[in-house]
Amino acid sequence: MIYRETGQFRTSYAEDQAIFRLRQDRAGIAVILAVAWIGIPLLADDYLLRAILVPFLILAVAAIGLNLLLGYCGQISLGTGAFMAIGAYAAYNLALRLPGLPLLLDFFLAGLVAAGIGVLFGLPSVRIKGLYLAVATLAAQFFADWAFLRVGWFTNYTPSGSVTAPPLDIFGWLIDTPLEKYWLCLAFACLTAILAKNLVRSRIGRSWMAIRDMDIAAEIIGIRPTTAKLSAFAVSSFVAGGAGVLWAFVHLGSWEPLAFSIDMSFRLLFMVIIGGMGSILGSFLGAAFITVLPIFLNQAPAMVGIQLSTAMVSHLEFMIFGALIVLFLIWEPHGLARLWQIGKEKMRLWPFPY
Amino acid sequence: MLAAATAPAQAPTAQRRRAIGEVLLAVENISLRFGGVRALSGVSFDIRKGEIRAIIGPNGAGKSSMLNVINGFYHPQEGRIVWKGEARPRMRPHEAAKGGIARTFQNIALFKGMSTLDNIMTGRILKMRASFLEQAFWIGRGRSEELRERAFVERIIDFLEIQHIRHTPVGKLPYGLQKRVEFARALAMEPELLLLDEPMAGMNLEEKEDMCRFILDVNEEFGTTVALIEHDMSVVMDISDRVVVLDYGRLLADGTPDQVRNDPAVIEAYLGVAHG
Repeated sequence: MIYRETGQFRTSYAEDQAIFRLRQDRAGIAVILAVAWIGIPLLADDYLLRAILVPFLILAVAAIGLNLLLGYCGQISLGTGAFMAIGAYAAYNLALRLPGLPLLLDFFLAGLVAAGIGVLFGLPSVRIKGLYLAVATLAAQFFADWAFLRVGWFTNYTPSGSVTAPPLDIFGWLIDTPLEKYWLCLAFACLTAILAKNLVRSRIGRSWMAIRDMDIAAEIIGIRPTTAKLSAFAVSSFVAGGAGVLWAFVHLGSWEPLAFSIDMSFRLLFMVIIGGMGSILGSFLGAAFITVLPIFLNQAPAMVGIQLSTAMVSHLEFMIFGALIVLFLIWEPHGLARLWQIGKEKMRLWPFPY
Repeated sequence: MLAAATAPAQAPTAQRRRAIGEVLLAVENISLRFGGVRALSGVSFDIRKGEIRAIIGPNGAGKSSMLNVINGFYHPQEGRIVWKGEARPRMRPHEAAKGGIARTFQNIALFKGMSTLDNIMTGRILKMRASFLEQAFWIGRGRSEELRERAFVERIIDFLEIQHIRHTPVGKLPYGLQKRVEFARALAMEPELLLLDEPMAGMNLEEKEDMCRFILDVNEEFGTTVALIEHDMSVVMDISDRVVVLDYGRLLADGTPDQVRNDPAVIEAYLGVAHG
């Protein structure tokens, strides 16, 4: 009953095309944004910001990147970690070799480098699909792992292979406290979400979805499959590369190639599948599920007063987390975003039966 | 222009025939083989501007293959296609689309995950020019084109009477409506030549009558040339101007419905049972 469109008439196509069509949705997103921008900074401590919220936001950005490719264009990729790594190392090298390069421009150029490499590894998608493409993108992952570990130039020949990001200086504003880092990541997450949403409701997004749903029919209405697929790879890699820069520069500070191993690619894949393929909201929900739930499980026994050994807690965490993923995929294969959709449908009528 | 959906459905045939112009597309001596199977052998016919051209024949006669050749999916080993008076080079389907050829499929080929509206909007993709940044930031043409094309698509939605399913994902629609949405998507391309592969297959009488009305309206209001494959003989004989009959990949007959109906070869090969 509280969530109804009754009495809200859309009298122009512009109104009908709005992202948030209902007054309730607009109010909801306003509250969420207010909490995220003002409420959390007032209440949260450094640990929460540094260890939970910053990684959550960065991984949400990366998940949006993968979702554009997998959820909207239907091209499966196991190389998201690689594209993040390419972004991170490109930003590192650009900052190192071009001193005085503004940081935001550095981020942007790093994204472009990731996009270029993404297109290169996306080329097989012109010919192959599905699982075969997954294997081809896996090559990107192994290639990146190898290159950043073995080619000394990328890491400036540091003996340990670990590199350190330059100080985060954006037009004279030095970002070093957890709160500032949180705001920076939040700004990037909001920007990415809005741009991604605009893309998927425009021509380019429709051409991606057309390729995803039926490539033959897409071709007869004039979509060039090559252009559509490669543009999805480019945009997705750009976003993933940007998330990689944030992960390396803002979250980790100094890092090794292992930070972007295949483990990262799989985590992002799970986020997209659990969050909901083809949904921007789902990318956030999936990132929250994968990053926040383990931490919660880890601390839950202590919160309710059960004393367990640390080893026991971490074993339990893995078991429960794994079980939840399996159960969840059985209950709702279309992801958390669909669950939210169903919830909204229910709320239209609640508490009345019809 | 689409607003005239209320025009009388069945205008006199003679009036329509006057609108038929020069040859829009000619297939000349087309042969198509898959390995040892001959799908088409030496088929020639033409489609004139503004007419409704039916292609009939028993199952496996090569009708869908013919559409696939016109559409650019298949490349014939022999023969050539003349489009608007010029021999057409070997082309891909998206290039044919750019040239003004739209089509629907025998088995519905809609984008199942998208709403009716988005499906029809995809038909306008070739008309949109917004740059990547304009789309990403929803500014300039990115926004104005969406509104302009939405207004156009809404006229098609009105015309085909599918307003109520505008926001429904097409996967959830019944068969007859899905066929109609696919027709709408093809119309949204504003094609010069519209290829319809069994637009009425699996429909009940009422749905068939609706579909006939839409096809005739499109043909009359916009002068769209239509080539359709159909098994329902009463439909074919009623709405088409000229009929091509294929059998085992060969051209059996070509002419007005009356000529074809009385052609002894056709009666023997195809209509024999019904007229025997």
